[in-house]
Amino acid sequence: MSGTVPPYVRLANEIAVQFAHRQPADAATAIANHMKAAWDPRMKKALIAHVEAGAEDLDPAAALAARQLAAT
Amino acid sequence: MSLLKEPDFGTPARPGEATVTVTVDGVGVAVPPGTSVMRAAKEAGLDIPKLCATDSLEAFGSCRLCVVEIDGVRGTPASCTTPVADGMVVRTQNERLGRLRRGVMELYISDHPLDCLTCSANGDCELQDMAGVTGLREVRYGSGVEAGANHLDAPTDTSNPYFDFEASKCIACSRCVRACDEVQGTLALTIEGRGFDSKVAAGAGVSFFESDCVSCGACVQACPTATLQEKSVIELGMPTRSVVTTCAYCGVGCSFKAELRGDELVRMVPYKNGGANEGHSCVKGRFAFGYASHPDRVLEPMVRDTTADEWRTVSWDEAIGFTARRLREIQAEHGQGSIGAITSSRTTNEEVYAVQKMVRAVFGNNNVDTCARVCHSPTGYGLKQTFGESAGTQDFKSVEEADVILVIGANPTDGHPVFASRMKKRLRQGAKLIVADPRRIDLVRSPHIEAAHHLQLAPGTNVAIINAIAHVVVTEDLVDREFVAERCEDFEAWESFIAQPEHSPEAVAGITGVPAEEIRAAARLYATGGNAAIYYGLGVTEHSQGSTMVMGMANLAMATGNIGRRGVGVNPLRGQNNVQGSCDMGSFPHELPGYRHVSDDGVREVYEQLWGTPLLNEPGLRIPNMFDAAIDGSFKALFVQGEDIAQSDPNTQHVFAALGALDLLVVQDLFVNETAKFAHVLLPGTSFLEKDGTFTNAERRINRVRPVMAPKTGKQEWQIVCEIAQQMGYPMHYDSASQIMDEIALTTPTFMGVSFDKLDTVGSVQWPCNLEHPDGTPIMHSDEFTRGKGRFMETVYVPTSERSTRKFPLILTTGRILSQYNVGAQTRRTANVAWHPEDVLELHPHDAEVRGIEDGDAVALSSRVGRTALRAKLSDRMPVGVCYTTFHHPVSGANVVTTDNSDWATNCPEYKVTAVQVDLLTQPTATTAEREPVVAR
Repeated sequence: MSGTVPPYVRLANEIAVQFAHRQPADAATAIANHMKAAWDPRMKKALIAHVEAGAEDLDPAAALAARQLAAT
Repeated sequence: MSLLKEPDFGTPARPGEATVTVTVDGVGVAVPPGTSVMRAAKEAGLDIPKLCATDSLEAFGSCRLCVVEIDGVRGTPASCTTPVADGMVVRTQNERLGRLRRGVMELYISDHPLDCLTCSANGDCELQDMAGVTGLREVRYGSGVEAGANHLDAPTDTSNPYFDFEASKCIACSRCVRACDEVQGTLALTIEGRGFDSKVAAGAGVSFFESDCVSCGACVQACPTATLQEKSVIELGMPTRSVVTTCAYCGVGCSFKAELRGDELVRMVPYKNGGANEGHSCVKGRFAFGYASHPDRVLEPMVRDTTADEWRTVSWDEAIGFTARRLREIQAEHGQGSIGAITSSRTTNEEVYAVQKMVRAVFGNNNVDTCARVCHSPTGYGLKQTFGESAGTQDFKSVEEADVILVIGANPTDGHPVFASRMKKRLRQGAKLIVADPRRIDLVRSPHIEAAHHLQLAPGTNVAIINAIAHVVVTEDLVDREFVAERCEDFEAWESFIAQPEHSPEAVAGITGVPAEEIRAAARLYATGGNAAIYYGLGVTEHSQGSTMVMGMANLAMATGNIGRRGVGVNPLRGQNNVQGSCDMGSFPHELPGYRHVSDDGVREVYEQLWGTPLLNEPGLRIPNMFDAAIDGSFKALFVQGEDIAQSDPNTQHVFAALGALDLLVVQDLFVNETAKFAHVLLPGTSFLEKDGTFTNAERRINRVRPVMAPKTGKQEWQIVCEIAQQMGYPMHYDSASQIMDEIALTTPTFMGVSFDKLDTVGSVQWPCNLEHPDGTPIMHSDEFTRGKGRFMETVYVPTSERSTRKFPLILTTGRILSQYNVGAQTRRTANVAWHPEDVLELHPHDAEVRGIEDGDAVALSSRVGRTALRAKLSDRMPVGVCYTTFHHPVSGANVVTTDNSDWATNCPEYKVTAVQVDLLTQPTATTAEREPVVAR
């Protein structure tokens, strides 16, 4: 729902759940690739900053994906 | 006179080679077997008099005007019902035939009002023509009352908003009845009575308006006299010129002749040579064009500094200057990425191309998105992943060769009625139908049609169903292994995945609500019933797993070899007229024209060189991202082309908050729509009758949109965009829309062979149209997929997070109705409101009873994000626990209750699943009080 979590977190979690059946590293790569292909830079930046700030509300695979994005 | 009259061959063409040679009045002609003598004669350039025959209908043989003599055949057979035979020698004109025809005409005229000079069909009446052709000079029986019993006092039915039925002029040829049966497939009309008492009736004792008639106009078009006549022709007179153009409503993209007197549009007549519709139409395209000249049209630009101010009508120069200046000021203050645009599927390819170019080359970012975001963006994603191209695979005509038709999440008889008529014709010929839909749509059971299987699944469980069907295909060894081995990749991994027991019909029956045996039977039919074709709509895409479902359907088609030839395929039924085109034109924030990613250096270089400016290599904001960014303060200005996002997009409160947070909102539209209430600039747009350009329909068919009249605003929309670009400091200029298409063709491989000249010559082409396919590509992926091998994708079913709860125990799903179109901006400004004056909430009788709600009661509809009010309509089309409404009227605002949930891959909103509660309203709310019937104008 809007207002409770930042939209980029909600969207990242929605993507992550689609890859939950995969191994975590594999899922993170798929999520990161999807974000690279479809996300505006400010959303990626915000997600990376969110992860660096703790990101307790973020799916672990999405958090891993954000770290992959940060490393590229 | 430049009124375009297409030749009428009397009976339909027959398929096959022209192997049968006949001689008609000494002229030899070769035609396919099964062709009628009448048609063969016309092919030879000879017209045989006729009244009950027309080439959109099978021969009937009732009028006896088309009699001929055939060597070796006794008597004078009707040429319409007599098929050709090799070596046949036919005479169509001699004294005996002339006498017979005059005798027939005498009988007709003896019971027909002789008011030709004042008749609305004067000059366009086949009875009048035939009187002349047959040389009728006297009527021995007299005419009218003096001839004895007659029908001259038969009443006129004026109940339909668009046409009259003047029974006194009816010659009982049955063309209207047959058109309703054969072309439209509604079977609303009949011939009532016998012999002299025979008369056309629209149902039992009811008027046309009260009957099952869907006002497609097929009967009006088929009528040879003034019996069924457009009211506009009665009021304005017979048109004198026509312009062939393309309808501006749904994704079928019908071709029409816009027929005018001077600059006044009298009627729209479906064009027989139109590739998409072949002479058929629906109530919207045929009749609902009055919005284009509606007094609500805004014709001059308007500006205001804040939304609290009154609009000021200004000159074009001032409006464009204001817009350009504010956009640059906002960029200077908030950054290059703080502005963006939304393109529209109701505008032409050329107009869309101009907007995305403005964003990329002038705004200097990729913040451009299109309204396909909220409808078919998952189609683009899913089909690109699996087949390599973001488009449907077939032409519409392909359905004529389908043996099994699987309709998923689409309601073609309402949303895509002209294609539905084609589909129904094939179903009446015996093709089997499977419908997967939570609602019992009309196709499930209608005259002469009954679905073999209706998989009435719970909303949100599409992927579970498609996986279960694929599971049956794999585990019961129904896979087309030769096709898969030759044409596809990643099959083994997918096969292992889909064969898992969790995907079995038995395992998902509890989730979907569909009995396992029903799923198994449907799967077997799809896989083994011959050519199997999938047609789908927004009931597939507008889900949290919309893209996954598209891939699931592609998997199924590949696994069974149902791709790459006629009669099969995976076919999105696009919502708006140019959804396909607006996506093709680079409207997505991650793709340049032709679906090429912005990170592709080679593609970007093409545009950088041509446009003379560097382009960004990272995606921009999607529409929902724009809203979020507006609320968080990083996105400050938006240009919206022809789209009413305040009404059409989900979670209205959130959209309002976003629009209200913008420093500049520019709306380019025909009307002061809901979005314009938040706008600072209103740039008046052009209707489809004023546009010059192209639309691309759901079958990738590029059709010309020709200007029927000059722009009422004085400017084409692409010109306005160019002028804004120029004022922002970028030299963007085209002399014509044709020049824009030339640039599209120059830079987009799939459009390489497209030009206005080509379209004007051949009528239309389906992309890819290039050196390899100079005449276009009706069927895609014939020899290989666009991406080489078709790719199987694992499609894990993930339930939506939107679930019914104690507080919101029902699931709401939304859709469209035949007479209205999307947000209703067009159709609400026509007489179509007679059929649908307000949106209603369809509620199962059980759900209504436990809430004390009766049919017609005002009810409150609430979800976790909003609340609105509608009138209840009890219906068992949905299962218990599911309710349904449309979103055509802003006053009821269905999207007040829809949520932010969206497709994981594309952010297409999950319109089709919203947990809601419905309560009886004892006091009318402000909303219901406002909701008086809209006056038709």
